[in-house]
Amino acid sequence: MISSDSEDELYTERTALMSANASTAPSYQDRDGAPSPTNVQANRRRSAARRPANPVEGRVGAEGGPASRDGGGEGEEEEEEELILKYGAKHVIMLFVPVTLCMAVVVVTIKSVSFYTEKDGQLIYTPFTEDTDSVGRRLLNSILNTLIMISVIVVMTIILVLLYKYRCYKFIHGWLILSSLLLLFLFTYIYLGEVFKTYNVAMDYPTLILIIWNFGAVGMVCIHWKGPLQLQQAYLIMISALMALVFIKYLPEWSAWVILGAISVYDLIAVLCPKGPLRMLVETAQERNEPIFPALIYSSTMVWLVSMAKRDVDTEEHLSKTCNADNYPEVEVEANNHAVQGLDDVSDMPQTQIQGVHHSAAGGEELEEEKGVKLGLGDFIFYSVLVGKAAAGASGDWNTTLACFIAILIGLCLTLLLLAVFKKALPALPISITFGLVFYFSTDNLVRPFMDTLASHQFYI
Amino acid sequence: MKVLSAAVLKPAFFWLLSLLLSSLVWFIAVKASNEKDAELQKSLIIFGVMFSVLLQEVFRFAYYKLLRKANEGLAALSEDGKSPLSVQQMAYVAGLGFGIMSGAFSVVNILAGSVGPGTVGIFRDSQYYFLTSAFMTMAIILLHTFWSVLFFDGFENKRWVAVVAVIATHLLVSGLTFLNPVYEGSLIPAFVIMVLMAAWAYFTAGGSLQNLQHFFMCKENK
Repeated sequence: MISSDSEDELYTERTALMSANASTAPSYQDRDGAPSPTNVQANRRRSAARRPANPVEGRVGAEGGPASRDGGGEGEEEEEEELILKYGAKHVIMLFVPVTLCMAVVVVTIKSVSFYTEKDGQLIYTPFTEDTDSVGRRLLNSILNTLIMISVIVVMTIILVLLYKYRCYKFIHGWLILSSLLLLFLFTYIYLGEVFKTYNVAMDYPTLILIIWNFGAVGMVCIHWKGPLQLQQAYLIMISALMALVFIKYLPEWSAWVILGAISVYDLIAVLCPKGPLRMLVETAQERNEPIFPALIYSSTMVWLVSMAKRDVDTEEHLSKTCNADNYPEVEVEANNHAVQGLDDVSDMPQTQIQGVHHSAAGGEELEEEKGVKLGLGDFIFYSVLVGKAAAGASGDWNTTLACFIAILIGLCLTLLLLAVFKKALPALPISITFGLVFYFSTDNLVRPFMDTLASHQFYI
Repeated sequence: MKVLSAAVLKPAFFWLLSLLLSSLVWFIAVKASNEKDAELQKSLIIFGVMFSVLLQEVFRFAYYKLLRKANEGLAALSEDGKSPLSVQQMAYVAGLGFGIMSGAFSVVNILAGSVGPGTVGIFRDSQYYFLTSAFMTMAIILLHTFWSVLFFDGFENKRWVAVVAVIATHLLVSGLTFLNPVYEGSLIPAFVIMVLMAAWAYFTAGGSLQNLQHFFMCKENK
């Protein structure tokens, strides 16, 4: 039932690494959430400091500047609500594009490359087969598979948290590097091979080696060190898609759905419970004022940096005065790839970077924007698994895929809204996955026959 | 602008919900009835279509209410008491969202099928299946946009004629598709209604013949 031992071991290691990362990843939502109280306060302080200097700032589009509000207790509250709205809208857009891209890549691959829908055995984490005679037995097997998978993930997460707590940074770093090496080289090689097979493209080994070497090397540099933000984002999207494709291929049908459900429950518990491993990870990182594993989070902060061009000298001066006092854990504004930094580096950075970020005319708004939003790669992976499974499913119906896609995006929207309201670590999986699952099953079983009947008669609703 | 483009997702979600509920109702009706009786099934599907249309309008109203609330919230926060989005912009986006989702659901499976090998109409169906599906979908998408503009405006300014007209024409257009494959009976009226709705929505949204003239003559609007 397992294809080959050596391959399996590699996959084992892979999935071991990525599962751990996957489970830690959802917590990275909190990178956005946890530090944001400090940031929001800092922003308010800053805008308060700015207000005397720049009396009334013009509004920019739908997102009104908090600066225009005049003081008083009411002003503070309304300003906060405006921040919420602005955070909500901008962050939603910043995340929609990468999530959509990842899902699109996965769906396109599933629909065209048949390799990923062939049953070639199962992972070692899901040892029970689903090829049984009775429905009850199949259900039991899938539940057992889920239990094993989730316990592996829990164990990996706890190991990761312990390693982080006892400052075994080199070990974690090495682990992450090994994991991305495998993804960027081996999985890309397999993926390319299958794509070439599908389209009957003749390729020689030297060219292939050249392509994969370049792709992988640049990827390693971009993800673990420095690189242009958009390239880094593209690589993160690609490795999420590759990982999702592996999951789609090797997880049997029912197990996949039960695992998706179970992992959203786990995510909820791990991030929100006081003793949850992910929450502890986040809190530890916060205490030490370090960024958590940039290789595992998708960040969109730099986008605003690139789009700003004008300089506002007044705001800058005020900013530099108030900024120094603030200690931003999130100073990944620049390259995001400072894997683990000592406190010294972090305190050096705020000055230059924040000044760089706040080149803009409209002052207030950009202060919040510099924060951007972060989403863990595990979230990308599981969203894509859901949509991919919907696309790969027995019926291969596009309506189901579309419905799941919309459901996930709306769930993400709601999660970001909650994030702006609660301003703390939030799991990104539960709402989206719940919506996705509900819509998958209802669309596949209810809407599909309805739409098929309509289409056959060419009725329109 | 970016906010507006992301805001197309929420009405799409509402349309999807309405479709889900109406399919549920239809599914239950089908399961409860005799599946062999073709006539009964035909009348059930007609009932399903009508119910779905009505439910879509209900959800359009629900979305209108939701937007009104959100807009009031935004207006309260802004400095001059006016919200950054006008009702017409919201209506346009809502209509677009509804239309895109409706169109996508109608046509994407057909598109996927059109790629593969096959002969259109080999079982004595019409040869123009793909062509007419494409045109009908286009009409529906545009119609949803115009309907939303009229609908929202109707509720905003208490012009019930507009609201009733929207519901009536939606039922009419859907009902006419029952005439397929006699495409003259369904496509042409659908397009005529679309043009009428377009004009009505244009004038409702504040356009005028003068604006149109200026637009075509590339004159500046003073």
